[in-house]
Amino acid sequence: MDFLNPATWADALKMKAERPDAVPIAGGTDVMVELNFHRRRPPALLDLTRIGELSTWDLDGDTLRLGAGVSYARIMAELGEQLPGLAMAARTVGSPQIRNRGTVGGNLGSASPAGDAHPPLLAAGARVELASVRGTRLVPVDEFFTGPKRSVLAPDELIAAVLVRPAAGPEQFSKIGTRNAMVIAVSSFALALHPDRRAVGTGIGSAAPTPRRAAEAELFAAGQLPWDTLGALDPDVVRRFGELVAAAAAPIDDVRGTAAYRRHALAVMARRTLTWAWRDLCG
Amino acid sequence: MTTVHVGLPAAVDGGVGASPQRPDGRLKVTGEFAFSSDLWADDMLWGATLRSPHPRARITALDIGPALRVPGVYAVLTHEDVPGAPLYGLEHVDQPVLAAREIRYQGEPIVIVAADHPETARRAARLVEVAYDVLDPVTELAAALDPAGPQVHADRPNLLRHVPIRRGDPHATAAVVVTGEYEVGMQDQAFLGPESGLAVPAEDGGIDLYIATQWLHVDQRQVAACLGLPPEKVRLTLSGVGGAFGAREDLSMQVHACMLALHTGRPVKMVYGREESFFGHVHRHPARLRYEHGADADGRLVYVKARILLDGGAYASSTGAVVANAATLGVGPYDVPNVVMDAYGLYTNNPPCGAMRGFGAVQACFAYESQMDKLAAALGLDPVEVRVRNALTTGDLMPTGQVVEGPAPVAELLRLVRERPPAPAVGDFLPGGTANTTRGEGVVRGVGFGIGIKNVCFSEGFDDFATARVRLELVGGRPAVLVHTAAAEVGQGLVTVQAQIVRTELGVEQVTIAPADTAVGSAGSSSASRQTYMTGGAVRAACQAIRTRLLERLGRAPSTTDNDKKVPFLALEEIAELLGEGAIEETVEWRHRPTHPLDPATGQGDAHVQYAFAAHRATVDVDLELGLVKVVEIVTAQDVGKAVNPGAVAGQIQGGTAQGLGLALMEEIQVVDGKVRNPSFTDYLLPTIMDMPPMSLDVLELADPHSPYGLRGVGEPPTISSTPAVVAAIRAATGAALTRVPVRPEHIVGV
Ligand SMILES: Cc1cc2nc3c(=O)[nH]c(=O)nc-3n(C[C@H](O)[C@H](O)[C@H](O)COP(=O)(O)OP(=O)(O)OC[C@H]3O[C@@H](n4cnc5c(N)ncnc54)[C@H](O)[C@@H]3O)c2cc1C
Repeated sequence: MDFLNPATWADALKMKAERPDAVPIAGGTDVMVELNFHRRRPPALLDLTRIGELSTWDLDGDTLRLGAGVSYARIMAELGEQLPGLAMAARTVGSPQIRNRGTVGGNLGSASPAGDAHPPLLAAGARVELASVRGTRLVPVDEFFTGPKRSVLAPDELIAAVLVRPAAGPEQFSKIGTRNAMVIAVSSFALALHPDRRAVGTGIGSAAPTPRRAAEAELFAAGQLPWDTLGALDPDVVRRFGELVAAAAAPIDDVRGTAAYRRHALAVMARRTLTWAWRDLCG
Repeated sequence: MTTVHVGLPAAVDGGVGASPQRPDGRLKVTGEFAFSSDLWADDMLWGATLRSPHPRARITALDIGPALRVPGVYAVLTHEDVPGAPLYGLEHVDQPVLAAREIRYQGEPIVIVAADHPETARRAARLVEVAYDVLDPVTELAAALDPAGPQVHADRPNLLRHVPIRRGDPHATAAVVVTGEYEVGMQDQAFLGPESGLAVPAEDGGIDLYIATQWLHVDQRQVAACLGLPPEKVRLTLSGVGGAFGAREDLSMQVHACMLALHTGRPVKMVYGREESFFGHVHRHPARLRYEHGADADGRLVYVKARILLDGGAYASSTGAVVANAATLGVGPYDVPNVVMDAYGLYTNNPPCGAMRGFGAVQACFAYESQMDKLAAALGLDPVEVRVRNALTTGDLMPTGQVVEGPAPVAELLRLVRERPPAPAVGDFLPGGTANTTRGEGVVRGVGFGIGIKNVCFSEGFDDFATARVRLELVGGRPAVLVHTAAAEVGQGLVTVQAQIVRTELGVEQVTIAPADTAVGSAGSSSASRQTYMTGGAVRAACQAIRTRLLERLGRAPSTTDNDKKVPFLALEEIAELLGEGAIEETVEWRHRPTHPLDPATGQGDAHVQYAFAAHRATVDVDLELGLVKVVEIVTAQDVGKAVNPGAVAGQIQGGTAQGLGLALMEEIQVVDGKVRNPSFTDYLLPTIMDMPPMSLDVLELADPHSPYGLRGVGEPPTISSTPAVVAAIRAATGAALTRVPVRPEHIVGV
């Protein structure tokens, strides 16, 4: 197995173009598990950890550019204000060791339906910046995933960053696991209120072949929430929102849980997170 | 000779009752301790195993050629290369070293490979071509029990063992009757240090095997038979054990590594990965249990009728003894005049099951404690009260007719856990942990109780003994002691305890524990909560023999009140002087009181040496809408007879309780159609620090007159009753029936 160790982003893109079979490695918390379990034996690894710019974030106007290599630990520590949903999700990832190593770029690279960064990115309407020697393109995150562990990432491309608008309103993330820490989601849900646009964002995790939005639920809530009065939530609206979120899922039975439970839990999480977020918005 | 009164030596630091630091403690917490997976020999090869992907199949063709052609491969061996007996086993010799034709479980080893790199060995193993005729596996207990159904082993019935117990009137009737059916999923020991060892061929044609195991001599016996070597040519040395919990009682890679080493003439190391480990050892028996409890209007038990089915999987392992435990301990620590109990162990094509902490008592306890709660509800009684009214006490008869001797503080343990102050109103955090699932919505508190009973040491007439060699000599002019046994330190702290016993018995502070190996006689297994009792007893007896020898050198006859604490033994200086004549060494083979077989028709007999009891109270917060559970607090009370090392006792109680909590809430090997669906720590969930609540412990020390220092085995009881206590607490919070463990969120929510 070759180990490619570029020092610059330009070199990394060049190497990836020359060796499209090289597997990028960032925190390695997915890659190393696959290697250790003998699930994968790539001809080459492309180490991205020496490229400093990948692990930085900055604010450019109203867009926050989050480098693919920023760890969950740093997101929790540095971005709780700007990206509260993602920071909440980061807090639920693995253990402190995993949060120190694991990155959002890696989460997207794996494109697991259970990846915890995905629902808040969906709810926030983030875009993924993909780069290659051919150039750079921006893909809305809800178009990024194409199937279980599959994405639009081309063999010669790397994930450079995630572009997202800092939260203009409350965000929530909620995740079900059968233990109280260090657990892959049985199902998860992210919610973002965008009072500026009077819109609602959602993200469903671990309950469909890909992370996905609950589009109908978003429209329903956007139309029904009392944006003008900021008055109390109508319990029927909350209930219906939960139903629509559950209906948007396409879960399966597996070792982590049943489809029926996943749907049920999504409805509960949707109701609760909407209630909390609305309460936060109304102060 | 004159007879004088001499008692124990004056107390020295770190004796029995103290909690000196473990000699291996610092190394373990700093990551420097050498486990068996760290073994190394300069010219060693690496072994790998090819296993069957099918739970039941017939091998129709096998071609090792592609593996042999891989550069770096030194040996590719099959069943034809097993030099001695083709089969091995703890109780029944029924398990092939390497499968010849029949495959009986997913993961059954077929071919072993040695290569100069572990990756090469693994890849070569995958290149072996095996053609299978895949058959329908026998996976359901009901089907396995049907004599007309398919047999797992052509030459033996599926029924491995049936233990019936009949006490009193089988037709007794009662005013209040509760029935229930319960199910226990397959728990794994999930030790952190995977199966590993190093086999080194010796010049005499024999083999030296460095291995993490629970019982060196039972390994030696089986390995020697399979290698066709006399036992003295198969020498085993214990290497660092990364946890055991029963999973190292059976052989894993022992014979394989030795075969490869003898074949290649090179040392061979084998280390299983995490996934292979799930296929490399036995698990806790899944069980289906049907109970009927009858009581009078005051809640006094009139009868218990029970049928327990235990899934032994493809090979017998220790299923027979597990079945006997489930049967004999199956009504729990209660005085029940009429008992009709039938426990069955069955072969299936599921993963083989054998020893795991609690050993048959765990499965039964979940069922009988659930029944006691049901009975309390039917009677409108407090759950603790109904237990107290039926509590076993000294002099009562077990369903086997065995008299309960020595302290049996069942009622006291129950009262202790009941009377502890209630758990704090608000726990550290809510169900769901950091995953932000509730801010209190749907969260309900529940409290539940459980109490269990466990036998300590080996039962049913087994010749259970331990050997200790103790040498007292001058080192740098000062008395020092070397203890040599074959007893396996598996993390429980036996190394510490052996030294403590020596300090107390000889008054010598400097004690070294020699590496455990087969150069000394058997110590028996580090299981059945027996090793402090047994090897501790042997070390103590050897020290007493040394005391006698010292007195002889002094020209005194030992007195009859040898253990009188008031009359001091020799001072250190006197001992040093006497050792001028040379070192004193004593080897003692020590036995507990004999036990007896169970009557095969009635299950009557004094089968057990000692009973141990623990009680738990669990307090949980449950999110009713999401089915998530946070155990807020666990209080426990256990009688340990004598806390030889109070720190280690607390550790055992906490760890055992955690393992029981794991079974209650999350730990299960999920098997579908004979195949394991979650062989990883991603999906076989163990409790984390966020799942284990704060605990408070009441440790009673009510001496057993028959055991060394009055001690009682401590390792298993805490695992047994914590499971039903946690489930009872969830039931109390939710009202859900919860007849199966582990409890899953969907069971609580009911979707
Ligand atoms: C014990 C444990 C617990 C875990 N718990 C969770 C959890 O709770 N929630 C969760 O979501 N995940 C969890 N994971 C999975 C993992 O930590 C996350 O998916 C993490 O985000 C991966 O990031 P990484 O930097 O370690 O990725 P890596 O392992 O380095 O890479 C992952 C994938 O992304 C690709 N990749 C990485 N960077 C790029 C890039 N810049 N461009 C293109 N492709 C790239 C790699 O080639 C690979 O395919 C856990 C893993 C472990 C081992």
